[in-house]
Amino acid sequence: MYSRKSPLPYKMRDVVLPGDAACPGCPIPIAWKVLGAVFGEKMILVIPACCSSVVVGPYPYSSIKASVVHVAFASAAAVASGIAEALERRGITDVYVVAWAGDGGTADIGMASLSGAAERNHNIIYIMYDNEAYMNTGIQRSSATPYGAWTTTTPIIGKTEHKKDVAKIMIAHGIPYVATASIGYPHDLYAKLERAKSIHGFKFIHLHAPCPVGWRFDPRYTIKVAKLAVETGMWILYEYYDGKLRISGPSKPFIDSKRRKPIEEYLKLQGRFRKITPEKVEEIRKYVDENWRWVKLLS
Amino acid sequence: MSRMVVLTGNHAVAYAAKLARVDIVAAYPITPQTSIVEKIAELIESGDMDAVMINVESEHSALAVCYGSAIAGARVLTATSSHGLLYMHEWVHWAARARIPLVMAVTTRTIGTPWNIWPDHSDFMDQRDAGWIMGFAADNQEVLDMVIQGFKISEDPRVYLPVMIGLEGFILGHTATPVELPGQKIIDEWLGPRRQGFLVDGREPVAIGNLAWPEDTEEIFMDLQKSMREALTVIQEVDREYSKIVGREYGGSVQCIRCSDAKYLAVSMGAWSGDLIEAINNLREEGYPVGVLRIRFYRPFPHSEVWKYSRGVKGVIVFDRAISFGAWGQIYTDLVASMHIYTSKLPFITDVIAGIGGVNITYSDFYELVKNFIDRIERDEEPPRFTWYHKRR
Amino acid sequence: MLNRIIVEKPIHNRIVVAKPKIGVAGKTGTWRTEKPLVDNSKCKKCYQCEIFCPVNVIRVDPNTGATVDYDYCKGCGICAELCPFNAIRMEPE
Repeated sequence: MYSRKSPLPYKMRDVVLPGDAACPGCPIPIAWKVLGAVFGEKMILVIPACCSSVVVGPYPYSSIKASVVHVAFASAAAVASGIAEALERRGITDVYVVAWAGDGGTADIGMASLSGAAERNHNIIYIMYDNEAYMNTGIQRSSATPYGAWTTTTPIIGKTEHKKDVAKIMIAHGIPYVATASIGYPHDLYAKLERAKSIHGFKFIHLHAPCPVGWRFDPRYTIKVAKLAVETGMWILYEYYDGKLRISGPSKPFIDSKRRKPIEEYLKLQGRFRKITPEKVEEIRKYVDENWRWVKLLS
Repeated sequence: MSRMVVLTGNHAVAYAAKLARVDIVAAYPITPQTSIVEKIAELIESGDMDAVMINVESEHSALAVCYGSAIAGARVLTATSSHGLLYMHEWVHWAARARIPLVMAVTTRTIGTPWNIWPDHSDFMDQRDAGWIMGFAADNQEVLDMVIQGFKISEDPRVYLPVMIGLEGFILGHTATPVELPGQKIIDEWLGPRRQGFLVDGREPVAIGNLAWPEDTEEIFMDLQKSMREALTVIQEVDREYSKIVGREYGGSVQCIRCSDAKYLAVSMGAWSGDLIEAINNLREEGYPVGVLRIRFYRPFPHSEVWKYSRGVKGVIVFDRAISFGAWGQIYTDLVASMHIYTSKLPFITDVIAGIGGVNITYSDFYELVKNFIDRIERDEEPPRFTWYHKRR
Repeated sequence: MLNRIIVEKPIHNRIVVAKPKIGVAGKTGTWRTEKPLVDNSKCKKCYQCEIFCPVNVIRVDPNTGATVDYDYCKGCGICAELCPFNAIRMEPE
């Protein structure tokens, strides 16, 4: 497979400019490179308060060769809807509006505007890049933080609730396209964005994006951690459209629970799970099994 | 061709939006604003108005959607009241600081708690420091004219700021009066196409709203202040131009009623100015040399206009329908500061807080208050500097 | 259909619009603690390093192999970790 020459790297070259303000090993610009491969300059990224608002870089310059609109925290979906409607009215059809928000800006403060925009079915792609905590403010718990994880607001016991499953909520909205993706699988993300691009209406992609700083691992392991989440079955890649769930290629081998790597392998790489107890690991395992049961039910 | 129709203040906003050829409207229902969006929805669905209505899930999103549409090149309008306006307050600041032209109608209503749907100016005044051009109409005709003027002011390259038009809930919002609708053609010619300082439509890669260093940020806001100053001129010009095409001139930022030869001034804003003018007319007949200075645009504060009319007067009585708790009424504060720019010797200025929570203030209240104020000064008595005029239920 | 739109610069004021530029946060390679060294004799041109480089500073040439722009390489080590042929190693600065 390594010898196969993919056109993807060439397409990924132009949109993300070197010298951005991201931390070393940050997954955000990797995803933007994939976005660049799909949309080129013809995209308008709508970014609420999150790490990405900093990564783009300070005025009067921008590290992305596409349009970027920074907006107030709870408003990514709303502003994106407004832009999409104006473009539609102006007859501009070759520009794609992408709301790009973190887990806090999506699962927490942005939930109402996301739900509203989805229900109105505006023609936008909403990407929730999920680094599982409020990283920009310094690693505070979000509703997307997994069970047992240390954050600065769950400092001793760890989080006592499970992760909010936003993709599931979006499926319930009946929108044309919902997918989960991972920073560890850019080809899969690329294919999903291509499909999203071809569909008119509201598209939602939940992108798992490990954060070296907040998850307490060496920056070199960003991709390794992302892949382990999939290989242990903790993160399941799928698409949901036309009333059916389709498990994506990278996750297919792990439908069979015996083929999944032990979740400890995923947990032990990350400092945020350093103090996790065996009982809590067991609780996570149950959660993973339940997730798979649900995914299989819909597929 | 213009025509006379009978419209509530809220419906006047809707017809103004139609005349201004608004492209996109996003709003969330709230009493007493709701009939604006209902009327616009009706105009759109019946085919009378070519626009898109986005029924958002909150006021915060209403202005956010408008912002998105506006940066992408659409002429937009939103409308709200009271708690809705407070809920979108974050965006009120954002829209102004991003220098994006748009217009919002605020059908004013008291801020709770306790729940109250009657009008005062507390919601409107709460937006005072956000960087919007803030106009306040006194009758339904002016509501219509001011919304149309609002787009012209907002889209002027010397200004490029959002414009907020206040009208009292129920008193104007739900009271129908004859309103002259200007012909579509003359408004089209006068208002022209949508104009804005930058465009985000994906055709050229640009980024807006980036993180900025303190010095850059400060310069951006210094520009805003500069534009506010320029807006004082633009508001005058727009009013004058508009009068040429529709035949109604209001006086720009302020309207002066019998105040050019007045020794006393009564200052007010909004619909109750009508009652005040009535009272002043009677006092004039009784020989009181008093006039009314009506604030049409509260931001930018028309300091030079205020000075022009208050220079040399013996006393000024200010009627504020909102209060900055722990201080005074906002118009009073700004008026005193404005006059102080020009002189260190101020006349007697008194602040009357009244009509809070929607308490009805009538012609006779104004008559008594103004008369009393003048009588006391004429008797060489020191009038109170601050009064909360309250009437019991 | 929407009216014609006029984009006109503000009078006396700046336009608060940012433009794309390389190196918005300066030469981010200057604070790097480790740098990736590529041994192109081992490179099989699989593109893994280029695809996953977060700062977009690695270019793989189908003939000559991978090169790194050290002005902006932040030294995260993702490339070295991912390289299936151990062609990249991290060296302390």
